[in-house]
Amino acid sequence: MLAENDLSALGTTLRLAFVTTLILLLLGTPLAWWLARTRNRCKVVVDAVVSLPLVLPPTVIGFYLLLALGPRGPIGGLMERLGGQSLAFTFAGLVIGSVVYSLPFVVQPLQDAFTSVGRRPFEEAATLRAGPLDRFFTIAVPLARHGYLTAMVLGFAHTIGEFGVVLMIGGNIPGETHVLSIAIYDHVEALEYGRAHLLSGLLIVLSFLMLLPVYALNRRYRMGRVS
Amino acid sequence: MIEARIQLNRGSFSLDAKLSVPGRGVTALFGPSGSGKTTLLRAIAGLDRHADAYLKVGDTVWQDRGTFVPPHRRPLGYVFQEGSLFAHCSVIKNLEYGFKRIPHGSRRISLDRAVELFELSPLLDRRPTDLSGGEMRRVAIARALLTSPRLLLMDEPLSGLDLERKGTIMRILERLRDELDIPMLFVSHLPDEVAQLADHLIYIRNGTISAEGASEDIFSRLDLPLAHEPDAGVMIRTIAAARDEEYQLSRLEFDGGIFMVARDAGPIGRPVRIRIPARDVSLTLSRHSDTSILNVLPATVEEIVEGASAQVMVRLRVGGSLLLARITSKSAMALDLQPGKGVFAQVKSVALLDET
Repeated sequence: MLAENDLSALGTTLRLAFVTTLILLLLGTPLAWWLARTRNRCKVVVDAVVSLPLVLPPTVIGFYLLLALGPRGPIGGLMERLGGQSLAFTFAGLVIGSVVYSLPFVVQPLQDAFTSVGRRPFEEAATLRAGPLDRFFTIAVPLARHGYLTAMVLGFAHTIGEFGVVLMIGGNIPGETHVLSIAIYDHVEALEYGRAHLLSGLLIVLSFLMLLPVYALNRRYRMGRVS
Repeated sequence: MIEARIQLNRGSFSLDAKLSVPGRGVTALFGPSGSGKTTLLRAIAGLDRHADAYLKVGDTVWQDRGTFVPPHRRPLGYVFQEGSLFAHCSVIKNLEYGFKRIPHGSRRISLDRAVELFELSPLLDRRPTDLSGGEMRRVAIARALLTSPRLLLMDEPLSGLDLERKGTIMRILERLRDELDIPMLFVSHLPDEVAQLADHLIYIRNGTISAEGASEDIFSRLDLPLAHEPDAGVMIRTIAAARDEEYQLSRLEFDGGIFMVARDAGPIGRPVRIRIPARDVSLTLSRHSDTSILNVLPATVEEIVEGASAQVMVRLRVGGSLLLARITSKSAMALDLQPGKGVFAQVKSVALLDET
């Protein structure tokens, strides 16, 4: 039903969303933990920086990432000097862009979840002989699990939906940076409405199916019946 | 033996406390709300790190300049106020949390024994959200105990419970004290709780320790504000000695005589703590035989201190025990009370602290 290059766009999109979400969870967990627990005055600055992608046009992020990742940018230049290639117009570059772009969607649910857990359970665990790492994995993670679910789904879904950043740094290379949102744009440009419909409908259904369990579980959680 | 010295200044509240907790029996950190009791307890557990603190347990220094043993390395049990539990774990998982982290060789109490002692078997698969306040408290104490602590710390273990639930927890705590020989330090602001459970009192007021010593002594000291509270009174340890079935009276023996009480004091030989409010003790110079009061004891006046609203507080010696009597200044004048004088103390009410 899907044309071959549409199928490959779907594959690239899912791969991008998966890798991005994974990296965001690894980066976001310590960042959200720090934001939830610190009394440092820098917290507000970090809070604001993390939230920037929420308000900036994606093209702004894309523009600066393009400069940074390109052959003359600090990161791309470094990569070239190390014998690699610049990251602009590569899958890796797309991952970096997506990580920046979706950061608040992962950090904020985690931060909220860690904050709502409070300090008491950790104090209890400490008096029951659990060290800091032990406490984190046996208390923080399970008590913040609804936050993890929300973070995962929002991070994944938001990455699938991104357009502006990809447009700036993606370069539309099939199998590498040609993702669904760009494919739809291309189809519309080419007046291939049937194929645009197919992909757009697919995205709507996919996103809805991901969001539904999150809201269902959050509702149960708020009603105090999480198990 | 725990020696602690903690100083801190937090805005309007300052704490400067130096205390020693015996390594045996039950010690109460006792005083009005806001006097710094919980702050001290948390400092002992290492939950808050205060710059100016020194803490030594046995031969080990837990905190000093440059030394801080983190809470998870302190062999203590801690029961938080309201007995909070891990919301994401069932009762049994809560109990196992600390137990699993104790090496086999150091375990002094088994899971089964704790479940039996705290009557938890019907609750094991429940979630904390499905427990009543009293049940939560029982689980929280059992969970702390299962770490086989060298000292069990409890923050207001009975607060917010109704009388019946209080009684249940109290009975369990008494069994811990008498059967397991685990030293306990608990925080409370209620004289009855303290009198029932504690052997040793640390009396704290406005962030400083104003007295410490055996419970009986602290309650009868006239130089402490404690003796001038409306519900001031002494605690006396007695033994159930006999039961008069005809009149439904129990005979309690203590160091200084006997009390007859119209309550069932339990089997003969059982230790029973009683509390005698100062307002329920009156004094006469001769023994009245034509009185409805059952307990009349020969006593010697030891000390008299002026109290509020034209009243005086009199400390009396009855054999090896002490009594407090609150009477009016006018009566004290009329009876010509002075230290050394022999009187008869009429005790109108005796509260049994250890109900059967």
